[in-house]
Amino acid sequence: MSDTHAETDVATTRLAFVRDDFLKSEAPPVREGGFGHWLKVNLFATPKDTILTILMALFLAWILPPLFNWAFFSAVWDGSNREACLGEGQGACWAFVDAKFGQFMYGRYPIDERWRVDLTAILLIVSLVPLAIPSVPYKKFNAIFLLVIFPIIAFILLTGQFGLPPVRTDLWGGLLVTLVVAIVGIVVSLPLGVLLALGRRSHLPFVKYASIVFIEFWRGVPLITILFMSSVMLPLFLPDGVTFDKLLRALVGVAFFASAYMAEVIRGGLQAIPKGQYEAADAMGLSYWQKMRLIILPQALTLVIPGIVNTFIGLFKDTSLVLIIGIFDLLGIVQLNFADPNWAAPQTAITGFAFAALVYFIFCFGMSKYSLYMERRLDTSHR
Amino acid sequence: MTKIILSAVAGAAALTLGAHAASAQTLEAVKAKGYIQCGVSTGLAGFSNTDDAGEWTGLDVDFCRAMAAAIFDDPEAVRFSPLSAVERFTALQSGEIDVLSRNTTWTMSRDTALGLNFVGVTFYDGQGFMVPAELNVDSALQLSGASVCVQSGTTTELNLTDYFSANNMEYNPVVFEGLEEVNAAYNAGRCDVYTTDSSGLYAIRLTLDNPDDHVVLPELISKEPLGPAVRRGDDQWFGIAKWVYYGLVYAEELGISSENLEEMLASENPDVRRALGGDGTFGADMGLENDWLVKIVRHVGNYGEVFERNVGADSPLQIERGLNALYTDGGLQYGMPIR
Repeated sequence: MSDTHAETDVATTRLAFVRDDFLKSEAPPVREGGFGHWLKVNLFATPKDTILTILMALFLAWILPPLFNWAFFSAVWDGSNREACLGEGQGACWAFVDAKFGQFMYGRYPIDERWRVDLTAILLIVSLVPLAIPSVPYKKFNAIFLLVIFPIIAFILLTGQFGLPPVRTDLWGGLLVTLVVAIVGIVVSLPLGVLLALGRRSHLPFVKYASIVFIEFWRGVPLITILFMSSVMLPLFLPDGVTFDKLLRALVGVAFFASAYMAEVIRGGLQAIPKGQYEAADAMGLSYWQKMRLIILPQALTLVIPGIVNTFIGLFKDTSLVLIIGIFDLLGIVQLNFADPNWAAPQTAITGFAFAALVYFIFCFGMSKYSLYMERRLDTSHR
Repeated sequence: MTKIILSAVAGAAALTLGAHAASAQTLEAVKAKGYIQCGVSTGLAGFSNTDDAGEWTGLDVDFCRAMAAAIFDDPEAVRFSPLSAVERFTALQSGEIDVLSRNTTWTMSRDTALGLNFVGVTFYDGQGFMVPAELNVDSALQLSGASVCVQSGTTTELNLTDYFSANNMEYNPVVFEGLEEVNAAYNAGRCDVYTTDSSGLYAIRLTLDNPDDHVVLPELISKEPLGPAVRRGDDQWFGIAKWVYYGLVYAEELGISSENLEEMLASENPDVRRALGGDGTFGADMGLENDWLVKIVRHVGNYGEVFERNVGADSPLQIERGLNALYTDGGLQYGMPIR
């Protein structure tokens, strides 16, 4: 600063005074700042706001103390069976969740082999987090690892290949199954959905009608029906002794089902792109795939991020339907354990459902927040 | 309605399954793969549920463990397939499971039209009534004028109507769609009586605020004989399943339990000697070894032990033996003689 000052001095010798730095800003008046001001602007700006604020405060005062009392103050944290959770005015039976926590996470996966699930989860986090943070370099290697190498490692670890003791999928359960079904559904449905959406808009009759039939068939039947058919009817049509893994059947059903929905979401994005973009791409002599990859899809996908994430979240929660075919996902295994007579108590079921809801919320809220972040980041504001 | 459609589907499936059903030699297949595939429910307190370690336990589960013990001398040689109510028959017909032990009511149509054979009755269930103990009611016939909580659209509701009109009694039905709502209503005191299958009543009682303040009345107003079933068309396997059941009951009749098994093995009583394989070749004739019942009792216990451990006095459910007592104690359990 002082150097600049010296130079300007030469040029302005004839002026009496020139201020060349800014005045320090004053603190706002007391009434226009601080917590009191925030309250006034946000909560008590108008009489209507004031009434609403008071009503909301009363509502919270009515609902929160009993909730906290139930969840924390009168909750049971330790115990080895239902006796601990009996009694007048007893709150949440967290001891039940504590005793069954291993099952809720891994299902009936053998205890000695659960490190393999943990390792898979750590690998997933280690490769997913850097990919999700835009400033971390090596995106291409990261993506290849996550989409090609990781699934192979996960398959080897979870099912047990190459000398690891095999673990049958009917022992899998809990959050493990929820995540496996949801992640496979998500990872398969996005690319398949893009292809189906493009196929449906294609001018080639075979591609077009094949896509339409696929989409309308899978969208036209309830997921429960698909799971039920795959589990109950399919074995009847197969020759004796030929069986597919039940979890695999569910995975295929869920992935196709989600793809059909995804295709329609993406088609919505494709339709929102002005015709000029297609024509400009054609005028530049781009091939079909170049046009889609470089011009159309980046715009279309950005447009429909909320729709895509909506489908993902819906899929994540739909995974609980696999219970209908005897696969115990998180919710299923929580409910299964309600039947344990050693833990049957008035608060057991409510506590179990609260725990399941909390876990689902963490995942769905996380996805939702990340999608908002991506939307803001990718928003190039040409509207 | 759903029930009718589903049985129609299952029936049609059974017809197309001639090829499957004819595949006899389940025993050989089971021995070759080294375990029994056993269909159980997706969670029913005391019958099939998982414990803290995630292991299946319960009355239905123990029947499969008894079969595994008889065949492999290892009660762990079972894999369990949790099945929903709609899946259970096709799972058996299609060969996905070897035995269905899933609180299934033995009815004529199921026994004749679905391509399966019921093995026996491991639990005589039936619709019962639960009332608060403070009402001082000890028979369902004293319930005239009571308000009764019941789930709508079930056979339970029809049985209730029939029972009260047959006995010239008045009642106010308090009807709910879902089981949870019925529980909540009874717990909140909106009705005097709760009715559903008695095994269910005992399980629901545990989830009430004060389980000891409620009693289950002795009357059962419907027949719900629950038992395991096997695929039709394999008489040898059917026989093994049947005799595992009879063996469990007969062992109790003879007083053979997992605790006194060693003494019993030295017994001179001809009935005991035949049962435990000391005399005759009864086990070998069936396709197993002669000490099949020894293995069952050693690993699983006799019927009484299985009952008390899972649903009876030694379990939180505290179900009375009632109809499930031995015929000598006024119940219906009767083990065919091993001779």
